[in-house]
Amino acid sequence: MAFVFPSDEWVKEFGNQINASKAYEESGKDWEGDWIFIVEADDAYPNTVYFFIGLYHGKVTDAAMIESDTAREAQYFMRGSFTTWRKTIEGKMDPIQGLMTRKFKLKGNLTKVLRYPRSAKELVNCVKRVPTEFPS
Amino acid sequence: MWNFVSPRIVFGEGALDVLDELQGQRALIITDRTMLQIGLVDKVKEHFRKAGIEAHVFDEVEPDPSVQTVQKGAEVARHVKPDWIVGLGGGSPIDAAKAIWVLYERPDIEPAAIAPVEELGLRKKARLITIPTTSGTGAEVTWAIVLTNTGEKRKMGLGHPENIADIAIVDPEMAAGMPPRLTADTGLDALVHAVEGYTCSWHTDLTDGLCLQAARLVFKYLPRAARDGQDMEARERMHNAATCAGLGFGNAMASMAHAMGHSLGGTFHVPHGRAVSLFLPYTIEFFAPQAPERFAELAVFVGFPNASDEKAARAFANQIRDLCRKVGNPTSVAEAGIKRKAYESQLDKLVDDALNDTQMVTSVRTPSVEEMRQLFLYSYDGRPVDF
Repeated sequence: MAFVFPSDEWVKEFGNQINASKAYEESGKDWEGDWIFIVEADDAYPNTVYFFIGLYHGKVTDAAMIESDTAREAQYFMRGSFTTWRKTIEGKMDPIQGLMTRKFKLKGNLTKVLRYPRSAKELVNCVKRVPTEFPS
Repeated sequence: MWNFVSPRIVFGEGALDVLDELQGQRALIITDRTMLQIGLVDKVKEHFRKAGIEAHVFDEVEPDPSVQTVQKGAEVARHVKPDWIVGLGGGSPIDAAKAIWVLYERPDIEPAAIAPVEELGLRKKARLITIPTTSGTGAEVTWAIVLTNTGEKRKMGLGHPENIADIAIVDPEMAAGMPPRLTADTGLDALVHAVEGYTCSWHTDLTDGLCLQAARLVFKYLPRAARDGQDMEARERMHNAATCAGLGFGNAMASMAHAMGHSLGGTFHVPHGRAVSLFLPYTIEFFAPQAPERFAELAVFVGFPNASDEKAARAFANQIRDLCRKVGNPTSVAEAGIKRKAYESQLDKLVDDALNDTQMVTSVRTPSVEEMRQLFLYSYDGRPVDF
């Protein structure tokens, strides 16, 4: 079964994939900090969508589509267009390279994020494991 | 979408003369005491004198420069108010110069937060010149900065494309005085840059050729340069190899040998080139079962053809070990002089630091915690990796 991106079902499955990942459990064992991912409207998708991902000590505490970037408290915000997110999910763009070329923008304690490159890489692996279909 | 960044590179015998034509008021030379003692600082100052630029010197950079050192250097810069900052030396002074430049221009930034995700807005107060006096780090043409957090004994991979030098002066005469040990350590560092730049997951068409040529030059000229420091052809080709490799990996990335080398170096102060070259063959053997193709291509290009990809990758790992032996370098952690008891007592930290090193993001096979532990243990004993 494929999950439509962006949707609440999709982000919940993303959370399931993270919780099933031994590699993320190991690499994120000390991580404390919740994220909001912002999927910005562009030519390929008309609405801006917000995802909350709670992460604590290698596990997802909650994953949900939310109303806005202020609907839940979070420490980290990652913003990119629908097309940029799609390329990442399809494995066509490394999100770290996306950050370096400003396709993604990050708000939060950067020094802390830089301490967890392996966690970041494993989150990308998890996102690619979600069976995803995109609106035509 | 990706970027290829490079300074203007002035290279070859007499390249230092480019300093004579500079415009400006004051320069701050970031270096170490050895450069002062062997007269290379005076040589550079003489060129600034010809250009009519007042040259000041900060010579307190230590091997594996610390956050505190670059903060101190930035204070000196704020006092001197240079319009040129010059990194003179091996990788440590050049990396320190990059960080000092960033902190001079952006005193609001913490050193540990120098990362390529937001605009820095450099070049409002000064520009950067890099002058390598070793042939290996490639720091003269990369934007990478490695600083050591002395409290945690951990190396931090930092940097921003904006902190690339404006001018890199690659003059082989500046490296002519290197002793054989330093020649070998730094030359092998260039090889690791070439190999990891060619094989990491961020390699591109624009970096591949640079990495291939650099690897070929190192295999051909490093034994000569290490054996006879007066062999100026070998010196010059190694100086060029280091810069080619720097451009190659600097616009792709390094990988797991660097992550493990940073971890070992941060804990036991093994010189950088020695540490990363020691680990490189073990990482190739770890990658070989899943991603051997590019190692096999490299092996063919530098003249070691073999039957199948995985076999070629493993043979290439052994060719690198042979080169290390030829120039008198260790091929295991034990040979590097680290006691087993001390090593094993730090094993958890070594594993954790390596796995969380920024260079791991481009690794073509990601090890688990247990696999990384085994990699460190195999590397200690000199056992070829078989898992």
